[in-house]
Amino acid sequence: MTAARELKITPIKNGTVIDHIGNGLALEVLRIIGIDEIDKDSTVSVALHVRSQKIGWKDIVKVENMELSPRKANAIALIAPTATISIIRDFRVREKRAVDLPDRIVGILKCPNPSCISNQREPVESEFDVVRRRPVVLRCIYCERLVDDFHPHAA
Amino acid sequence: MGFKGRDVISIRDFSREEIEEILRASRRMIPLAEGKKTSHALDGKILTLAFLEPSTRTRLSFEAAMARLGGSCVTIADPAVSSLRKGETLHDTIRVLSSYGDAIVLRHPNEGAARLAAQASAKPVINGGDGAGQHPTQTLLDLATIEEAFGTLSGLRVVLVGDLKYGRTVHSLAHALAIFGSEIVLCAPPTLGLPAEVREHLETIGAKVTVEDELSRAVRDADVLYVTRIQRERFGDEREFAKVSGSYRIDRALLANAKPKLAVLHPLPRTGEVAPELDDTPHAAYFRQAFLGVPVRMALLALLLTGKVP
Repeated sequence: MTAARELKITPIKNGTVIDHIGNGLALEVLRIIGIDEIDKDSTVSVALHVRSQKIGWKDIVKVENMELSPRKANAIALIAPTATISIIRDFRVREKRAVDLPDRIVGILKCPNPSCISNQREPVESEFDVVRRRPVVLRCIYCERLVDDFHPHAA
Repeated sequence: MGFKGRDVISIRDFSREEIEEILRASRRMIPLAEGKKTSHALDGKILTLAFLEPSTRTRLSFEAAMARLGGSCVTIADPAVSSLRKGETLHDTIRVLSSYGDAIVLRHPNEGAARLAAQASAKPVINGGDGAGQHPTQTLLDLATIEEAFGTLSGLRVVLVGDLKYGRTVHSLAHALAIFGSEIVLCAPPTLGLPAEVREHLETIGAKVTVEDELSRAVRDADVLYVTRIQRERFGDEREFAKVSGSYRIDRALLANAKPKLAVLHPLPRTGEVAPELDDTPHAAYFRQAFLGVPVRMALLALLLTGKVP
């Protein structure tokens, strides 16, 4: 089993492994990470539809030579609340944590209300309070619009 | 509870106890607002009115409130002359204006503008209405009107009538009524019902919310009818608009079987939803409601600028 698993997903020397991503959400996670920001000489591995004891089926994303920023981890928490993030240095897991949705989300989402002041030409970042966690519901701190259907972008 | 220096952006920023304190202070302001007593509580204070969207009654009632307490106002009444037209951000405009006076009232076409202004301003910001968003001083004067009529804000049956989807006053009022424990009855055309998330929020905070499609049935047990304008631009078809708006007309015949103390409120201006024949009946509370805007705003200004009421 271990050998078969290794064939599917090769280990990385340095980088980030995002495991336990809900089935089918790996590409959304990649979009948040931002392909443009990944070192051109690094490997990105994506495993879709992998068996998981914890959540049935899962996706996995491994990115070489990149340590995920807290802001991006927050964005991943929005769409993949079951994900875990491992920071790998020299083939070893140096840090492992579940994604954690903070009480306030800054700069990750655009408010869906086109008339919201945060979508005008003003020097402010979008900000949302988390009003419910499962499923996630956010409230824009500016226009107070409730948001439960979102597609985070890397800010 | 400290009010001095606070912003007034959304009714959600205030607890039930704080709203009660503002309403108590407002009652004390009534003789001053009527000109029966005078006060110099805000002598030397300047209120900056930045009305970047047209408004007459909100602006004038703030000006009257400030004048009744001995203070004065500097006003942008026409957005066409403001530097925003020259491309300045609201953030910069507010930063500058906040250095001219002791507090700012902002009316703006975009939702959330007052929250942004509060971040930019070193002085208290009062939201005088931001787009389809919040208008907390309107909510406070609505509450003052209901409390004056019934002596309480709890245990009442309040019917919200008309455009419950876009009408900004009803969402804030429903929130406040919910925290005081009054029952909310929704009566709106199918396309203009209360947004699902607003209703869900009300239920989350423990409100009793029911829907009544038939206005005549809703009126029967009502203590308050809060009527809002149904706007023509919400309908593509003129005939559909005429049909819908006609079915939400409040007149003597509709109120024939209503409770004797039923109070009809309307944020005004009205365009036919409330028949003028009601004006001289005990049900008409809407002109009193408009007047109470002055003492409520006086109380708020005194609390924000001095921490106390005269």
